[in-house]
Amino acid sequence: METLLIDIKARILELAPEFLQFPLGHLLSISPVISVFAGFFALTTWVERKGLGRIQNRLGPNRVGPFGILQPVADGLKMIFKEDVVPRSADKVVHFLAPILLVIPTMLAFSVIPYGERLVPIDLDAGILFFFAVGGAAELTVFMAGWSSRNKYAMLGAMRAIAQMISYEVPLILSSIVVIMMAGSLSLVDIVAVQSGPIWNWHVATPWGFAGFLLFLTAALAESNRSPFDIPEAESEIIAGHMTEYSGFKYALFFLAEYMGLFAMSGLAITLFLGGFHAPLPFLTWVPAPFWFFGKFIVLIALFIWIRGTLPRLRMDQLMGLAWKFMLPMTLITFATGATWHYAGKGVIAWTICTPMIVLPYVFLGKALTKGQTVAKRVYRFAD
Amino acid sequence: MTFAFATVALITLAGAIGALAFRQIVHSVLSLAITFTGIAMLYLQLGAQFLGFAQFLVYIGAVTILILFAVLLTRNSGPVISGNPYSRNWASGMGVGVAVFACLSWAITRTPGLTPTAPPEPQATVKAIGLKLMSDYVIPLEVIALLLTAAMVGAVVIAMGDTKKPQSQAGNKAMESINPSKERA
Repeated sequence: METLLIDIKARILELAPEFLQFPLGHLLSISPVISVFAGFFALTTWVERKGLGRIQNRLGPNRVGPFGILQPVADGLKMIFKEDVVPRSADKVVHFLAPILLVIPTMLAFSVIPYGERLVPIDLDAGILFFFAVGGAAELTVFMAGWSSRNKYAMLGAMRAIAQMISYEVPLILSSIVVIMMAGSLSLVDIVAVQSGPIWNWHVATPWGFAGFLLFLTAALAESNRSPFDIPEAESEIIAGHMTEYSGFKYALFFLAEYMGLFAMSGLAITLFLGGFHAPLPFLTWVPAPFWFFGKFIVLIALFIWIRGTLPRLRMDQLMGLAWKFMLPMTLITFATGATWHYAGKGVIAWTICTPMIVLPYVFLGKALTKGQTVAKRVYRFAD
Repeated sequence: MTFAFATVALITLAGAIGALAFRQIVHSVLSLAITFTGIAMLYLQLGAQFLGFAQFLVYIGAVTILILFAVLLTRNSGPVISGNPYSRNWASGMGVGVAVFACLSWAITRTPGLTPTAPPEPQATVKAIGLKLMSDYVIPLEVIALLLTAAMVGAVVIAMGDTKKPQSQAGNKAMESINPSKERA
């Protein structure tokens, strides 16, 4: 399957004239990435609304097409035809540029992720650094959106979003540094190559890898402003945060960028911890690699939808406390655990040493941070 | 001078000029971000991948945000409407600028080792940079780490607030009662 895709590309390139080959080759690498993930975006919005509906004992969208599966198409058409309202006092140029500049870096992040043995859009020497570098541009665009709207809700939402993104960028990057340290490379292709083989070769099947994976997932959720970390756009208090003054297709672009950011983070989590495109068991290797990548991808997306449906929103101080007091020390502990794992031989001895190195700090840190807090059982006045 | 270099240089310069010329200070900061991006692209053109991405990560992701917060937290962050934004002694400032530029370009063009021929393609892979940092330049690296740690501790101390406020207030009162001259003042 992988060779099939590459063969098709080579055939098309043969037909093209000489001067067109360079741009056409890149176009053929870029367009599948954009179309596949945009398709996933459309499907995810439907699955999410259906899933959340099920969790909340509703039906979810069920009007357009069978089981409402054409809902994303209807939504897209509605977004395109909606009037584009720009507030009179808004800073027109910055207001216009913010959604566009937000989508570009989130799309760029997909270019370094390996989808198969040879299906890598660009194999950069510092691939993971590129990923985080383009991710860093999102904060600036969120500020641009919030500031240019001249709206208190938008400004407050942007400030909350930036504070949250900066705070969670630290554990996000630190939890992936352990993987870089163990793989000895910043290239995502090399990091996947280190984990080649069945599930027990993957990074998630080690004490430091498991802890790192959970920390990474939590930080990724916060980075993409998703529930339970969605106070920047908390609908019930500040309407929609930095997106308050956007309507029509610009709002859709923000929505798209949010989901694309989540997809890119999931792709990176798969690459760093879940063995990338490798099959989980030896007898399953006949299934082509991209299927494994996207299978894991779908599982992660389903997990995110599940989390969104079940966990309540965090308060601002809880949010900051979690990032700085709990996740940051835990990522630093995974460093030490990773080093110990490396020198203890990666066997039974390493397991017996490394597991308490993760579990004990987790337990004690958790106890110390929740000391003095009494969690009373919630009493409902009317719902009982 | 290739087309790509000319484009990137133009963007960088335009951003820098915009940073100085805009009346609205937030616009200036955003314009400065364009300059930072241009500089990162220049590094990438020179084959310095690590440096280019690090420049982008640090300057766009952190420094610009820092400047923006500083601007928003200070008063008078609105647009400069009245008055001349340029200094009164701009002529002497320009003279100093030209003098510095002339001095630097004179020094660069006179450097004996510099030949106009293209240097060999640099092999600055990330691994090579890492090995250099951990062997030859380990002391500067550690010094920088210490400096950053000190800065972080300082930030935490400032942000921690006065948890021992009652005690220190009592101390102040005690001091004042001992030293009545202060009370009179």
